[in-house]
Amino acid sequence: MKDKSNADNLPKPEEAVASEPGHPEYIFPLVLTSVSQELFSCRADEDVTAENPHKLLKKQDIIQDLRHRAAVCDFSPVKQAVLDYPEDELLLVFDRDFTYGQSFYLVLTVQAKESILKPPAEGADEQMEDEEQQEEEEEMMMKTPEPQPWVSLGSEQEIQDQSLSESRPRLRYSVCPLGRRSGTRVRFSDRNALDWKEELVECSSYEDKSFSITRMERDSSTQTCRDNTHTCTQTLWKKPKNMWSQYEPREFSSEEKQHQLQSENLKNFITSVARRFEIYLQQNLIADVFCDDWTALCEDDASLMGKTETQLKEYQSFMDLHFSKEKTISHVQWHPSISGVIVVSMMERLSLEERIDSSTKLLLNPSHILFWSFSDPINPQLQLECPDDVLCFQFSPSDHNIIAGGCMNGQVVLWDISAHVDRLQDTRSGGKNILNKLGKSDATPVVRYCAVSGIENGHKAPITDIQWLPETFEVNKLGTPVENQSRTSVQLVTCAPDCCVLFWDLRAPRVMVHSLTDIKQKQEEKPLENPHGVPNTFTHLNLTWKPFIRVSLPKISSSGEYSPLKFSMRENTVDYNTGDKSVSGADSHVFAQLRMQSAKQQKPLQNISTKLYIATEDGELVYTDWKVEKDNDSGRMLSAKPLDVFLLQDTLLHTVSRSPFFRDIILTVGRFSFSIWREGLTCGPLLMSVYSKSMFSAGHWSRSRPAVLFMGREDGDVEVWDLLQNSRQPSHTQNISTAAISSIRTQTSSAKQNLLAVSDRLGTLHILQIPGSLRRSSSSERQNVEKYFEKEEERLQYFEKRQSDHQKKKKETEAEQQKKKTELVTPPKQEEEVDAETLKEYQQFLTLEKLILKDMNIQNETQQTCNTINTP
Amino acid sequence: MAEVEDTLKRIQAQHGVIGTIVVNGEGIPIRTTLDNSTSVQYAGLLHQLTMKARSAVRDIDPQNELTFLRIRSKKHEIMVAPDKEYLLIAIQNPSE
Repeated sequence: MKDKSNADNLPKPEEAVASEPGHPEYIFPLVLTSVSQELFSCRADEDVTAENPHKLLKKQDIIQDLRHRAAVCDFSPVKQAVLDYPEDELLLVFDRDFTYGQSFYLVLTVQAKESILKPPAEGADEQMEDEEQQEEEEEMMMKTPEPQPWVSLGSEQEIQDQSLSESRPRLRYSVCPLGRRSGTRVRFSDRNALDWKEELVECSSYEDKSFSITRMERDSSTQTCRDNTHTCTQTLWKKPKNMWSQYEPREFSSEEKQHQLQSENLKNFITSVARRFEIYLQQNLIADVFCDDWTALCEDDASLMGKTETQLKEYQSFMDLHFSKEKTISHVQWHPSISGVIVVSMMERLSLEERIDSSTKLLLNPSHILFWSFSDPINPQLQLECPDDVLCFQFSPSDHNIIAGGCMNGQVVLWDISAHVDRLQDTRSGGKNILNKLGKSDATPVVRYCAVSGIENGHKAPITDIQWLPETFEVNKLGTPVENQSRTSVQLVTCAPDCCVLFWDLRAPRVMVHSLTDIKQKQEEKPLENPHGVPNTFTHLNLTWKPFIRVSLPKISSSGEYSPLKFSMRENTVDYNTGDKSVSGADSHVFAQLRMQSAKQQKPLQNISTKLYIATEDGELVYTDWKVEKDNDSGRMLSAKPLDVFLLQDTLLHTVSRSPFFRDIILTVGRFSFSIWREGLTCGPLLMSVYSKSMFSAGHWSRSRPAVLFMGREDGDVEVWDLLQNSRQPSHTQNISTAAISSIRTQTSSAKQNLLAVSDRLGTLHILQIPGSLRRSSSSERQNVEKYFEKEEERLQYFEKRQSDHQKKKKETEAEQQKKKTELVTPPKQEEEVDAETLKEYQQFLTLEKLILKDMNIQNETQQTCNTINTP
Repeated sequence: MAEVEDTLKRIQAQHGVIGTIVVNGEGIPIRTTLDNSTSVQYAGLLHQLTMKARSAVRDIDPQNELTFLRIRSKKHEIMVAPDKEYLLIAIQNPSE
């Protein structure tokens, strides 16, 4: 405690203490000027610091200061509080942090002073407090607690309740039996109570409801839990995702490779392994490692067991009620691209006389070509109208919408069915949805022909065969094959019994353009109206069409000509570079714009055979070349004489066809027999069948088996000939209809090749299923058939050779005989000469003998004796 | 070096051989007569197959070891001669 010096320093009224509402009432914030600070020795930061903020001021000093300085004194606002202060010392706290607004504050009450000084006081005050506490504890230890009188708080009642006390004096009973002699000894014994239940009276406890004790207090526990909660968790959903990685293989650089190659190990390895390798490589060449013995085995078995399956099952038959009455089918063709569509040409079943008689009636009823589809056996899908009965027709190989047909009157007809192809394809695919079709018109569309050749230019007899030239080559005016720029089939070949084969071109002929006006006129003329809804494809040909080559067939030995019925060309393939596309980018369908090439532009092609086989009405097979030469004398085109003629039969040959497997094997079918020829072999047919009683009317190669032929007969039989099994009789015969078979065709469009179309003279078309054995060819069948043909060829050649040898020999023998005849005239003269000669020889022999004996010095005596014996 | 070349040429010259490849122990072709991508493919695949075949033979009989591997397919025959460090592969088309 420091002494305070008296200094009155009245606080200025401007130094108004901001009495914050925040400070409690016993705290009075003060501002002390530096003078008053010096007076009371409580200079900020010197006497009073943050650590030691308390300062006790004597009351008297403050009162003196107040008197001295009155208004100026800092303590003037608290004058009354100071005067009222009970104790002598006031606490002044240095408020460094200005918690109450000023730098100092005065504590006005005793209690606050005590509380401020004692508990929050740190440093020196703490020590003092601890000491005080310790003192108190010691005091407690020393003193024993004095017992205090017990104050009852009402717990005796509970104790009394719980304790057991007698509520009344105990009752005493004395029990003694009646009438018993008292005083005698009583003997007590034990007796089990359970054994004597009858003499026992029990008083068992029972629950008496009137004395139920209720529990006042009970210990139980509960647990809270939720009854239903919704929670979610996240699951791992592995989504399939495309992943890829790029990699490249490890490789060696060339130096490393070289280094590796040099190594010793590699050398040893290679030398050790090479020997083995070579052995195995050669092994593979010796034996065919790839032949599957198992399958080869089962194929042979199949041919033996196949006899049960040779029946041709009827699949469907087509007969049209409107159009097939009194008519016959002349030609059948499967649609080359759309499967299940078959095309049939109908013809009147009349002889020539009847035709002439009813010619007017025939004009009114035009004949048709019908398109049948498997989905609709009653109505044909399409009808093509023909100017006259069509005997034969063909689809163009490059464009399956163009059909060319040959008529009875010698005209060539063209149809374009591009507009109706959808209908044909629809029927094939949507054959099941017949209900949908009822909405469409049921009438079959009739397509009129687009172009007809001029009557005077065409054939003079019914056209019996028509074929397209393939799109690989075309033929120029001289008959030389040249390159076909447009890669479409543009040329036709027809033949008729009027003794000529005609070549037709679909394109417009080259016309010399005179002036521009002509061109314009032609261009204006082009968009003509189409009567009958005929497409414009061939209007440039209509009625003005004429052939550009006429091949006549003069007879070899005599005068006159052959009259062809059918012909067959060799199938020619030409390799074009794929880079050579057609010169003109024009659409190949637009035949009107295609022009025949000039002679300069044409590129002649080699390797194309221009030879034809022609079957004639008189039963001859003619082999000729179609090239024509310009005859220098007359300036006309003349065709050369045929190369070969074979006379087979007296009646006509009605079929010539090439085998689909061998290009140079040809089948010819006549009335009584059929023959198989090889092109170029002039001695005779490879095979000629036996003459049979019933006549053949149709013949066809099978497309799936090289050795099988289908033959149709006049009595409605279809025969299956298998050349490898038996070449003298058919392997299977089946009667299809009552009328003669007019043509047989196998399906070419589908890969399965299991349908056979057979048409008869009554106008019905039968579709038959070919059984598996006739469809499936074994792998070696082609080779076997080739061998068979080669054998036949050898046989023919052998026979020819024998014949020629025989002839030679015959000549020689004749010559010899002639010689002998001339020699027999001088026999007698020779006899004498012969005798003379023999004598001479004998004399020579004797002299020789003598010489030898002399040389050998053998006894002359023996010789003499011998001589004497020998000369009798 | 020359002997190696000669031997390989002799093998290649056999009738019907399409190509030969010499592969090291890791499946990287060292010398080949085919183009790079084909030989890398053959080397990788056949190397794995040879390892598998070799381990199969060894598993069945530990005294045994693989001497030659021939894979006959519809079109070719692939022949592999294994060694400790190398592999010689030849592809032959014997039907020619």
